[in-house]
Formats: sequence, structure tokens, C-alpha cells
Amino acid sequence: MNVTSRRIMINKIVLTLSGMAALLGLFMLAWILGDVAVKGFSAINWQFFTELPAPPGTIGGGLANAIVGTLLMTLTAALIAVPFGVMAGTYLSEFGRETALGKVARFISDILVSAPSIVIGIFVYLVLVKPMGHFSGWAGACSLAIIMLPVVSRTTEEMLRLVPHEMREAALALGAPYWKMMTGVIYRAASKGIFTGVILAVARVAGETAPLLFTCLNSPYWMHSMNEPMANLTVVLFNYAMSPYDDWHRLAWGAAFLITMAVLIANITTRLLLSGGKRRLS
Amino acid sequence: MCALSRGQEIAQTATINSGVGNDPVKLSVRELNFYYGEKQALFGNTLEIAANRVTAFIGPSGCGKSTHIRTYNRMYALYKGFRAEGEILMDGVNILDPKIPDLKLRHQIGMIFQKPTPFPMSLFDNIAYGLRLHNRYSDSEIEGRVEKALRDAALWEEVASKLHQPGTALSGGQQQRLCIARALAVEPQVILMDEPCSALDPIATGKIEELIDELKEKFTIVIVTHNMQQAARVSHYTAYMYLGKLVEFGLTSTVFTNPASKQTEDYISGRFG
Repeated sequence: MNVTSRRIMINKIVLTLSGMAALLGLFMLAWILGDVAVKGFSAINWQFFTELPAPPGTIGGGLANAIVGTLLMTLTAALIAVPFGVMAGTYLSEFGRETALGKVARFISDILVSAPSIVIGIFVYLVLVKPMGHFSGWAGACSLAIIMLPVVSRTTEEMLRLVPHEMREAALALGAPYWKMMTGVIYRAASKGIFTGVILAVARVAGETAPLLFTCLNSPYWMHSMNEPMANLTVVLFNYAMSPYDDWHRLAWGAAFLITMAVLIANITTRLLLSGGKRRLS
Repeated sequence: MCALSRGQEIAQTATINSGVGNDPVKLSVRELNFYYGEKQALFGNTLEIAANRVTAFIGPSGCGKSTHIRTYNRMYALYKGFRAEGEILMDGVNILDPKIPDLKLRHQIGMIFQKPTPFPMSLFDNIAYGLRLHNRYSDSEIEGRVEKALRDAALWEEVASKLHQPGTALSGGQQQRLCIARALAVEPQVILMDEPCSALDPIATGKIEELIDELKEKFTIVIVTHNMQQAARVSHYTAYMYLGKLVEFGLTSTVFTNPASKQTEDYISGRFG
């Protein structure tokens, strides 16, 4: 066998193997999504969105309080994390590229992005839940905010860096002060990318369970304020899936379906936004 | 400045003409040195920029042309470690003096860049952005000034019907004229152009050159260009730079037809650079 035909053969083998690996990955994903869709969709009905969980053994009930709880905590977390994240990202991109503080902040952000979320849950448990003496929606929102923060700050930094330097100089050359250049021109140029980062951060925390177990726990009732334990989809999913009741299993599938769809929609939205953004840039 | 150092200065620059004869002087650059951190990029540049004239800077890449004109609006101050020494007098005031705020200086000395840089907003807002930075105008006054700036930049006819479209929707040449309109709107006295046509096709370039010819009635223009013919076409004065030094300066007609330095002649005739 000569060298060329050997290379062609090796090429074919490797191509087949990598193709099969890709198919396997896709198959797993399709399996999970399909399972969640089939079993989850049958659990979705009007009651699912409007009623409180029913006591074990009784038929029916829904996850209205958990849906509201998850929305409320995610929104609060975003309200905390987005301003801080955008400001931190601005510092990293505009002022802290070479400074010691910038380098340390960037390094810590990167560690925080990959930190196990349960560690963040325990941290918030120690600094908020224990001193306050009870689990609360606030503590849950704080733990989610900590997870979102590095995602938002690093995307903001990257997106601001993508804005060409000439644009900054052009605005400054008109006599704009730095802050007006940033708010009037540069943020606008990077707005799509920053928004994408925020959506990705929200999608990231939407499926978090571990930090919420330690911070806001769960509740079978409607919340009266953020200052008490709150129902949320992921912890409900966790509890119900472990329970022995068929009806709770059904609700857990419904919760899984809802979370998966939310994350999927968020990811598709960012895709569409980014591809639209690229056409604009060229 | 004492008599001795003035004498030395004359001795050093004796071979180079740096003045503009009887034309009124807008900017007077004296012994300008520039440093990118440790590295010195400009060496004792001394010349005068005549008011309401076009002065062109030519020279091979990396010779310091852009570095030179970027000191006029202190664009370099944006970066750590970059510093300029010497004097640049505008109407008798040293604009390198840190007491003069960047914002005020850049209001008076506008700049056009190599790549057109429309802001991510409508045509109208691109121009209104600069206007709103410096004055509180009424909406009707802003409209009037935007139109005037676009007319001055010879762009009005082409864009009057699409003022509220994004600036990026224009062609490259139109974008560059939009940037010129934006710079004109804030009514500077001097306009710096850093290779304004190098990203444009010949027709768009021709339009910008015509525009430069009209603008010199009202503004003092300094242009950096790689295109020798462009320098010959648009400028009254030409400065030839090499390795951060000003090699030759004078009337464009003289520099191009009868250069004092052999090096300038070689560069202009294409034998070098």
C-alpha cells in the first residue's frame, strides 16, 4: 500500500469516527429533549399555571407559585447583577486592561464563571441565611446574582473591546468627554452583544438548583414577600422527582419542560440577535 | 526663549524652511518631540501651518506623519506613556499646555480618520451628537445646523430624504463625508485629516478632494496622505517627513518641482519609499 492510499484510508477512518461521535452527541441531546417534551408537555395544562401544588395523594394541582417564584428571583438577580456586571465590564475594557486591579478582577471573574454553583449557595447561606435566621427569596436572588455577575461582566468587556478603536477616537475628537463617548456611542454600538450576554446569564441561572436549596429552599404556598422561603421550579422539580407520588412526577416533568423551553428560547434569541448584529457590522 | 537657544534652533534647522511666507499663521509647531513610552517617534519638528490653506504631510509608512498631526488635538493623551514635548502655538496659545482642557481643544481642532466611523445611530443623530456636546440648541436650531453641515460636506442632496436611516447604510465615501459633516458641525477652526481617502474608491476620493478645496475657504486643513498626486492636487504646502524628522517643507509647487533635498526628490519620483 502506498503512502497516498494509506493517508486516504486514515482520513476516512477518522472522518467516520468523528462523525459518529457528533451523531452520538446529537442523539443524546435529541433523546433528552424528546423525553422532556413528550412527558412534560402532557403535564402542561391550565391548572399547571394557575394552581398551587396539591397535597400528596390528591389529584391535580399546579406549580403557579413556583413559576412566579422563579421569575421573581431571576428578575431580581438580573436587576442586581446587570448594573454591576456592565460597570465591571466597562472598567475591565476601558480602564483596567493593563492595571493590576483589572488583571485580578478578570482572573477572579473567570474562576467565578466556572465555580460550582453549590459553593456559591453555601457561601450565601453563611453570609445571608444564617445571620437572618431563615431562608428567603432575597438570599436566593443574591446567589443567582453572584452566578450571573461574571458572565455579564466578561461578555460586556468582550463586546466593548469589539467596538473599533476608531469609533472611540472619532467621538473624543469631537470634544466628547469620556463618559459621554461611552454612554452615547460605545454602549450603543455594543448594545446587542451586551444584551446577549444578559440573556445568556439569565439562561444560565434559570436552571440552577443547588444554590437555591441553600438559600430560598421551597414552599408549598404563595409568597407574601421576598423575605421568606419561596417556591421555585428547580427545587420543586428536584423534590417532586424524588417523591413516590405519580402526580408529583407528572408535575416535575412539566417543570422540566418549562425550564428547558425557557433556556432554549433564550439561546435561540441570542443566536438570532448575534447573527443580525454581524450583518450590521460588515 | 533666550537668544542663545533661539540661535541654536536656527542653526539646527538652517537647511529646512519652516515658514509660510506672507500667509497668516494658524499653527506654529516648534521643536516638537514625541515619545511612545521610551521610543521617540518625532524629532524636533518645526513648521508653520498657514490659515485657510491645505497643508499636506507625505512620507513613507511609519515616518511619523499621523503621529505628528495627532499631537495637534492631543489624541495621543488617550494612551498611557505617550507624551509630546515642545510647543504648538495656535493663535499664540500653546495647545500642548495641560491647562487647556482636551475637550475645548478638540472642539476647535476637528479630526477625520482613515476609516469612516459613523456612529451607530441615524444620519441626523450622528451630526446632532457633536452639536449637543457643546451647546444647548433648540430642536429647530439643531435641524438647521445639521442641514448646513451636510450641505457644507456636499452630502445634503444625496441624503436629505433619508436622514433617519442609520449612518452605516451609506456607501463608504458617503460615510466619510458624513464624518466630515459631523466634524464641521461643531465649527472647528482647524480640521485634521488622517489619510481620509485611503479606504475609498477613486470617485469617492475625487469628491472628498473637491470638498477639501471648498472647505479651505473657512477652515485650516492639515491632511496626511500616502498618495503623492493627492498631495499635489489639494495642498498649498507640503511637508515631507522621514523617520520622525521633518526633511522638507514648503510650497507644494516648489516641493514637487524643485525639492531642496535629494531624499524628497527620490520619494516623490517614486525611487524610494
